[in-house]
Amino acid sequence: MADAAASATADTAVELAGVNKWYGKFHVLRDINLTVGRGEKIVICGPSGSGKSTMIRCVNRLEEHQSGRIVVNGIELTSDLKRIDEIRRDVGMVFQSFNLFPHLTILENCVLAPVWVRNMPRKEAEELAMKYLTRVRIPEQAGKYPGQLSGGQQQRVAIARALCMNPKIMLFDEPTSALDPEMVKEVLDTMVSLAAEGMTMLCVTHEMGFARQVADRVVFMDAGEIVEANAPAEFFANPRHERTRAFLGQILH
Amino acid sequence: MDSGASRLETAYLRETPAPTLPPPALSSGALGWTRKNLFSGPISSVFTLLTIAFAAWTLPGLVRYFILDAVWRADDGAACRAPGAGACWAYIGQKFPFFMYGSYPREWVWRVDVTFVVGAALIVWLLAPKLRGKQVAAFLFFVAFPVLGFVLLSGWEAVGLPKVGTDLWGGVLVSLVVSAVGIVVSLPGGVLLAMGRRSRLPMVRMASVVFIEVVRGVPLITVLFMANFMLPLFVPDNWSPDRLVRPLIGVSLFASAYMAEVVRGGLQAMPKGQFEGAMALGLGYGRMMRLVVLPQALTKVIPGIVNTFIGLFKDTTLVAIVGIYDFLRTVDTARLDPLWAGPSISTTGYVFAAMFYFIFCFGMSRYSQYMERELSKDRQR
Ligand SMILES: Nc1ncnc2c1ncn2[C@@H]1O[C@H](COP(=O)(O)OP(=O)(O)O)[C@@H](O)[C@H]1O
Ligand SMILES: [Mg+2]
Repeated sequence: MADAAASATADTAVELAGVNKWYGKFHVLRDINLTVGRGEKIVICGPSGSGKSTMIRCVNRLEEHQSGRIVVNGIELTSDLKRIDEIRRDVGMVFQSFNLFPHLTILENCVLAPVWVRNMPRKEAEELAMKYLTRVRIPEQAGKYPGQLSGGQQQRVAIARALCMNPKIMLFDEPTSALDPEMVKEVLDTMVSLAAEGMTMLCVTHEMGFARQVADRVVFMDAGEIVEANAPAEFFANPRHERTRAFLGQILH
Repeated sequence: MDSGASRLETAYLRETPAPTLPPPALSSGALGWTRKNLFSGPISSVFTLLTIAFAAWTLPGLVRYFILDAVWRADDGAACRAPGAGACWAYIGQKFPFFMYGSYPREWVWRVDVTFVVGAALIVWLLAPKLRGKQVAAFLFFVAFPVLGFVLLSGWEAVGLPKVGTDLWGGVLVSLVVSAVGIVVSLPGGVLLAMGRRSRLPMVRMASVVFIEVVRGVPLITVLFMANFMLPLFVPDNWSPDRLVRPLIGVSLFASAYMAEVVRGGLQAMPKGQFEGAMALGLGYGRMMRLVVLPQALTKVIPGIVNTFIGLFKDTTLVAIVGIYDFLRTVDTARLDPLWAGPSISTTGYVFAAMFYFIFCFGMSRYSQYMERELSKDRQR
């Protein structure tokens, strides 16, 4: 049975099937069904409070779902802590508020998880970190502390830090929402280049230009449910659900 | 409002760049400083004058009593009893070994001295930010030093160090042993209790809460009495802990409970994002706490931690209640020596004791302020 499940999900990176979640009595996720293929880029949008963050945080178990199935990289999420750690090793996450560790330098931020979670020798981890810091184009900041960097730089460090774990899937929760306008592009450029390399990505974002450019599918959520999902060209040209149209009308002018 | 708006030009274009200038020089020099800081207004002037008057009123008397009229050299109390004599420092000098070591056999006090010197050296190594090899220092201080200290102080016949029972220990030796053990145990103990109090497991949480609240809810004296009289009831006779170990346990438990609340304050102040960032990287609970959360949380509460240490250091005087000869008690006892009896003896003794406690507590306070500055230097947000 395990074999059958594995083969069925060989090309599936993330599968959410009939997922429900409540905060107390508040039904925050309702019957979520979403299958993300390997290498696929999903952009998730929707009004504030519609459950976008909650949904992607369920994928790496920062939030617990109460019914339904979530399978990540062929491993089903249960309360088994070993499996949760196994999944988190392979799923990188970038937050709206960066969440860098302010008491560690940029390099130490990047080296921490490879050394302590992957048991990588420090030297090797530092080389890896420098490789990714170069990729996000801030190797010269390696010795500074997060507080000394601009928001855009911090967010790029956060991406590099996640990449240092060689994740198979990347989750982005509104990575550019806390940034000053002139810094949004540098972060989006990094994400575009990551997408070009074939990373599986689930991005909560309202950057519709980014969605048009890289998304394979755009998912629209409202009030805890997935209302509509479609390829970006179709999604923007012919939104089918009335709520989608209303939302797009508000954010595209 | 209308007139203000009308003065604004609608269209404006800067034609020459605004020059970059040095900041204006403030009134400088000693006179400028004095005016700015001491006589900046009527209230500040009154306070300055009152302070000067108070100093003029008290200082000469203190200087005369403790320095000019003080007796620095004497073999007994006769000179100190002379009319007009000030503080009797000669008495402190004569009783100094008793204040330091209690009744520890005089031929073996070098063992205490060696322990002091090694301990002080390791503490400096551990605490001075510029010295390298903190891990070695930590190992030596927390593992090797206690063993060495135990062997040296209490003796080990096999290496030619005769046993010295703790009933002979006293003075600074006992005060430092009690506070050092209390400090070294209370920090990790407090961290564990604070984490327990925030645990998801109800039993762990409840045990921590009960422990913290019970220990905090009773006076230290009660804890000391309980440790002294009840601990022996719980263990077989020949296992009964040493009379000095019992208050050590009491003080450690007491300080841990206080420390737990200080540490919990630091944990509470941590942004949720730090936990999530660490978890998302796959650091498990233990590594998340050790590498990400605690270093930040403990740094935030350094003032509270040092405050607890200072409180603990002074509270060690209470072990006298259960018959331990700590420093203050040796001062208190030595006072009764008929050879030295005299009007200035008690004052001198207690002032000396106050100076001892003040120097240690002030040192801890200064070090914590220094550390706060060091730690925030290059991490400014
Ligand atoms: N920890 C929580 N406890 C209770 N309600 C929550 C919690 N987190 C989020 N919510 C609620 O769940 C809903 C969905 O939140 P979220 O997933 O953050 O929305 P989005 O990311 O789409 O803006 C919101 O109404 C929010 O108020
Ligand atoms: Mg959100």
